[in-house]
Amino acid sequence: MNDMSRPIVKLNSVEKNFGAVRALDGVDLDILPGECLGLVGHNGAGKSTLMNILAGIQTPTSGILDFGDGGTSTNHNVSEARRQGIRCVFQELSLCPNLTVTENARIQHPGIKGWNWRARARELILGHLDEIFPNHGISADDLVGDLSIAKRQMVEIARAFSIVDSDIRLVILDEPTSSLDATIADQLMAHVRRFTGAGGSCVLISHLLEEILTTSDRIIVMRDGDVVDSRPAQDFSRQTLVETMGSVAKDLHEFDQNTDSKRSEETPYLSIYPTEAHRGISLNAHKGEIVGLAGLSGHGQTDTLVRIYDRRKQYGIEMAFVAGDRQSDGVFPLWTIGQNISISSIRNLLNLGLLDLKREHELAEEWRDKIAIRTPDVNHNILSLSGGNQQKALFARAFGSPADTILMDDPMRGVDIGTKQEVYEMIRAEAATGRTFIWYTTEMDELKHCDHVYVFRNGQIAADLSSQELTEQKVLHASFEEAS
Amino acid sequence: MISQLTSPRLLRSLLPAFSLTVILLAIFYLQPRAMSYFGLNLLLNLALPIAFATLAQMCVITVNDLDLGIGAFVGFVACVGVTWLNDQPLLGFLVLAASILAYGAMGALIHLRNLPSIVVTLGMSFVWLGLALLVLPTPGGKAPAIVTAVMKFKTPFVPMTIYASIAIALIVHVALKRSAYGAVLRGVGGNPQSVARASWSLVRAKITMYALAGFFGVMSGISLIGLTSAADANIALRYTLLSIAGVILGGGEFVGGRISPIGAVLGAITLTLAGSFLSFLRISPDWQIGAQGAILIIVLALRTVINRSEARKLA
Repeated sequence: MNDMSRPIVKLNSVEKNFGAVRALDGVDLDILPGECLGLVGHNGAGKSTLMNILAGIQTPTSGILDFGDGGTSTNHNVSEARRQGIRCVFQELSLCPNLTVTENARIQHPGIKGWNWRARARELILGHLDEIFPNHGISADDLVGDLSIAKRQMVEIARAFSIVDSDIRLVILDEPTSSLDATIADQLMAHVRRFTGAGGSCVLISHLLEEILTTSDRIIVMRDGDVVDSRPAQDFSRQTLVETMGSVAKDLHEFDQNTDSKRSEETPYLSIYPTEAHRGISLNAHKGEIVGLAGLSGHGQTDTLVRIYDRRKQYGIEMAFVAGDRQSDGVFPLWTIGQNISISSIRNLLNLGLLDLKREHELAEEWRDKIAIRTPDVNHNILSLSGGNQQKALFARAFGSPADTILMDDPMRGVDIGTKQEVYEMIRAEAATGRTFIWYTTEMDELKHCDHVYVFRNGQIAADLSSQELTEQKVLHASFEEAS
Repeated sequence: MISQLTSPRLLRSLLPAFSLTVILLAIFYLQPRAMSYFGLNLLLNLALPIAFATLAQMCVITVNDLDLGIGAFVGFVACVGVTWLNDQPLLGFLVLAASILAYGAMGALIHLRNLPSIVVTLGMSFVWLGLALLVLPTPGGKAPAIVTAVMKFKTPFVPMTIYASIAIALIVHVALKRSAYGAVLRGVGGNPQSVARASWSLVRAKITMYALAGFFGVMSGISLIGLTSAADANIALRYTLLSIAGVILGGGEFVGGRISPIGAVLGAITLTLAGSFLSFLRISPDWQIGAQGAILIIVLALRTVINRSEARKLA
């Protein structure tokens, strides 16, 4: 390998904006050869964006990636990243389920072709599987779609470490152990040590802090799109890592004065366990309460919201759902703003079984004014609105419906700060009239609007915090695995 | 070994061959005279054009799209075949080559503009139909002598259709299921993002598959006029639905890049035979379409049963 002190990649004030949202705020970072770099941070800290930029999937808004060998790249892309020997194991699996293990190995390596490509691809992937995960029990001719999630993850990891034509210099592992059991995770971490021992580099992202602390040489902590700390791993402990991830002076008690607990009544309005097994802490909501669901994204919050919604008949409560993913399960893209607002209230707008268009229009007009949707005419197409105003229309749909309980699935994704403030006020006003809100959010700041917060981890509730008890540290501690 | 023989994956891949065997045995039972060179030739007469159309449809289904214009396209090719290809072979040849390129361009348009393939191909079906009517306003024309000679050629032992079906099924199987680039093409149907992240061009894959579909569409039209010797713009309109049914009957799925070229050819032959089978049963033509649908439902139900048993095994 080349000079051990020269970084294999040097990031120079890399910035990335998604519309109004600033995902990366001028990141400077060196990755050295033979180093395992641990990367931690809470939701939205910019970890995935940074890794996507390194892997060439997203291009930075500004800033420079310097690959040492004169390959300073401003328009870094996927093939350029591969040429530089950068591989990535993505959090969401990226194998083709309809192909065999062998064929998936081939897709990764354009170099495997010609008559005996199948034999070579098979040898390559099985060789790496055997090396990293002895006794893996995977056959090269298995269809990936027939394998369990853990085995798919193992194939994906083995594939990332396999070499054909170009050397591998850096492997990025984004939550690689989330679906692996402890033994297999240990095998992987041992391999990461071997790989870095031989001069390769790894970036390891994980919410299992023990794993990060024992495997990494150096740990960087990200917060709000910036690297806030970078130290050798032995200088950190679980405690200090969690503390660094939170912001120092953030006060989550802004609204303390008016949160006299609504928990005085003995029976909750609604109560559910996040798992079928009814283990752990149950989620309770009382009338007129704003209940927050916190924790790292993908730990069962959305599933729980959907479970609550599916049981609305059982509870006998009218519910409305505000989707976070506007494009896929929020707006009806071909409809007008008014139609998008009124769809949840249609049963109240009927006149002799037919839709009363005048009342539908009035409802839309009323909510346009109440929630300040910026449009001259509610009969315009919904897509004529900006993202934030589309989201407001979705709130109007829920607020305008007869629902007593409103479920919100991280609804503020990609919404500008002004819109957010307006919506927060609406939510508080609606809660004051007796409506109940169950609000999954990935933003720490939004938890301060909640009367009660449940922190999720691995599909269960890890902490149950009232607004008086709520601090960022407590949420972070509960989000990350306890030392086992 | 035994567990391998009863594995759902193997059962699923044998299902198309099984349905074909059942329907063939039923025909032989009802009409023993069909069990001869002449009988098979009559039964399978129209199987080859349908098999080509089914392969064309399969190419498009591989990349998660659907072609609702293939029937009209085959009709257009047939009309060009009995006019220009016969009178001015060079012009005819160029027109057919250009139509294959047009198919490839359609794939590029669908991918780059992110359009629904159903809408684009349905729209194009009217274009093909219109062009076919311009080329051949009234039924007629004459197929080139060489095409007719090839299609009517008497091969030893079994009819030409059987040799040709085996040959094209194996060629497409090797190209899509065994070759190195074939894995990438099917990967586009399975997880396009993953294929793109390995720095493959998605638009190139789509163009390849659509151009292949165009090529098989041309083969379908040409083999059809070799049998009919004349053509008409509406000659192959029913191929659109037959080809989709053939792909599904052959073990393919609408999304996810799960396809089987051998199965598709078997599916096309099964559908061709189903018509004859129902005639042998003396079912009136009024009921035949419904009965064909029933055959499809039975086969798909069998597949669901196999898939369920597989899911139970995994759980």
